[in-house]
Amino acid sequence: MTAPTIVSGRPASTTPGKPPKPRTTAEGERPSRGARVIGWAVMIVTAVYFLVPVYWLIVASTKSTGDLFSTPGFWFADFHLFQNLADLTARDGGIFWRWLGNSVVYSGVGSILMTFICVITGYALAVYRFRGRSVVLGAVLGSMLVPQTVLAQPIYVLLVEIGLNNTMLGVLLPQLVYPFGVMLGFVFAGSAVPGEILEAARLDGAGEWRIFRSIASRLLSSGSVTILLFAFIGSWNSYMLPLLVLTDTRLQPVTVGLSGWSQAAITIPGLQTLVIIGALVSIIPIIVIFISLQRFWRSGLAAGGVRF
Amino acid sequence: MTSASPATVAPRPGRSRGRLSGGLRAAPYVFIAPFVALFVVFLVLPIVIAVYKSFFAVQRSGLGFGGGEEAFVGLDNYVQAFGNSEFLRSFGRVLLFGAVQVPVMLLIALALALLFDSAMVRGKKFFQLSVFLPYAVPSVVAALIWGFLYQPKVSPIVELLRGMGVDPQFLAPGTVMWSLVNVVIWSVTGVNMIIIFSSLQTVPREMYEAARIDGANELRLALQIKVPMIMPAVLLTTLFSIIGTLQLFNEPMTLRSITSNISGSYTPNMAIYQTTTLGGNLNLGSAMAVLLGIATMVLSIVLSAASNRKKGGAR
Repeated sequence: MTAPTIVSGRPASTTPGKPPKPRTTAEGERPSRGARVIGWAVMIVTAVYFLVPVYWLIVASTKSTGDLFSTPGFWFADFHLFQNLADLTARDGGIFWRWLGNSVVYSGVGSILMTFICVITGYALAVYRFRGRSVVLGAVLGSMLVPQTVLAQPIYVLLVEIGLNNTMLGVLLPQLVYPFGVMLGFVFAGSAVPGEILEAARLDGAGEWRIFRSIASRLLSSGSVTILLFAFIGSWNSYMLPLLVLTDTRLQPVTVGLSGWSQAAITIPGLQTLVIIGALVSIIPIIVIFISLQRFWRSGLAAGGVRF
Repeated sequence: MTSASPATVAPRPGRSRGRLSGGLRAAPYVFIAPFVALFVVFLVLPIVIAVYKSFFAVQRSGLGFGGGEEAFVGLDNYVQAFGNSEFLRSFGRVLLFGAVQVPVMLLIALALALLFDSAMVRGKKFFQLSVFLPYAVPSVVAALIWGFLYQPKVSPIVELLRGMGVDPQFLAPGTVMWSLVNVVIWSVTGVNMIIIFSSLQTVPREMYEAARIDGANELRLALQIKVPMIMPAVLLTTLFSIIGTLQLFNEPMTLRSITSNISGSYTPNMAIYQTTTLGGNLNLGSAMAVLLGIATMVLSIVLSAASNRKKGGAR
């Protein structure tokens, strides 16, 4: 069982230095003025739709609770951002920063481990022919279709059985199984690690681990960043599993913490402002990572198709 | 240090990959071992346990709590799940949700991808980034933001529409689902657009030139050449989108905090969550999770079979 649809894209690792050159459909093609006006109009409407919620969040973060309800939503009122940040920090002994720290641990440590496992597994599947290879490949492909959330309840039951519920490990370990990442690793290794280099290294007496560590892992570094990025975003986004597993608020990631505040905000009005500023703070790291690593997600999506 | 020690005996040049020597033979197994172990423990084992648990129930023996013994009850939990009209209705709800959200989202994604691939727009980088940016916003946060934009007291959008004489009810019983559809479309259109766009970029350019010489205009070129060429990518994104719809959890769960029109068992996953935690019935929850898993599997098999047939026909 191979995956023709999945391998069809342009792998990232073939363009290590710079992003793939955006190719316009043809030189000499000159759309009419009317077509260009329509194009612009569609683009502006589109950009407004996709950017307005984030813009609103930024504006709302700078307002006091009173101004939030009484001043026009799309424009700034009295600048209250630092006061909001101070309130955010003060709430429940700084629990918000604890949540953010937890998220960094779950997603940061988690995605680094995840990437290592995906790359080395994908590499092994791509460069070696061994007994059981097709079984593992089939399992990886098949499980790509199993969404994490369908497993959340069963994983929770397992964690209860083995006593890992309500622990950080209980959230960290299950997410390390990331078949989409293994698939990406497999695709990248297949195109970026030439067999001749491996043969040459073996002739020089290098062991297999050494070949992976000092040759293959370098050739795969660009692909690894792509996997890391997807793993990180997926993990930062995860909600159902931590919600099930973690009852101790001090262990929760920021998504669970914020949605908890949002529920409590019905009875505690001031909390709404904290939900807003907290939401903004929580997406800043991921947006920064995201924009600075643009070329990687582009190539990753090109190579993979994606699992959300 | 990268230089290999020359003293070691050079291994036989591996002529073919069929015959492997000692270290070579063990290496792949060592390399895949962590993944396989985690795969078995956190993917296979949970499924096995969930299936097992679904055939048991905690029998209340006598007085007090804590005195519960698990006993085999056969298909009782499944009968109970099927008898739960709320649970069944949640499936209907997400299917309806997907029937609207997936086509609308894919049409927008496809149209945007075609626009980006044409020469009709400048500033592609900025626009692509703005469409894709919501992907970096966790779905819980996306739902929180839109939640504010739906609430009449805070929302500038409601204010704007009221100024125009419309009084929108984003969170009413009849409309809350479409408000949810909007949140999901906002979140996932960008990813799908990029996938489709990437596959457009791999279409050989000569095909366009040939069509232009034949006198095809840009629109015909898009519809008759580009779209058929990227059909596999579109079908792949459709498949993942529909599977994603069935799992809907984060957005409705989050919006629940601001509206009572989303019930605790609004989607299958929410019903599973409710039964497992608030209901405290792990066994029934497991049976429901197994049913959701089976539904997901059946749906994805049917869809990939359908898409394979379609692909075969297109070529």
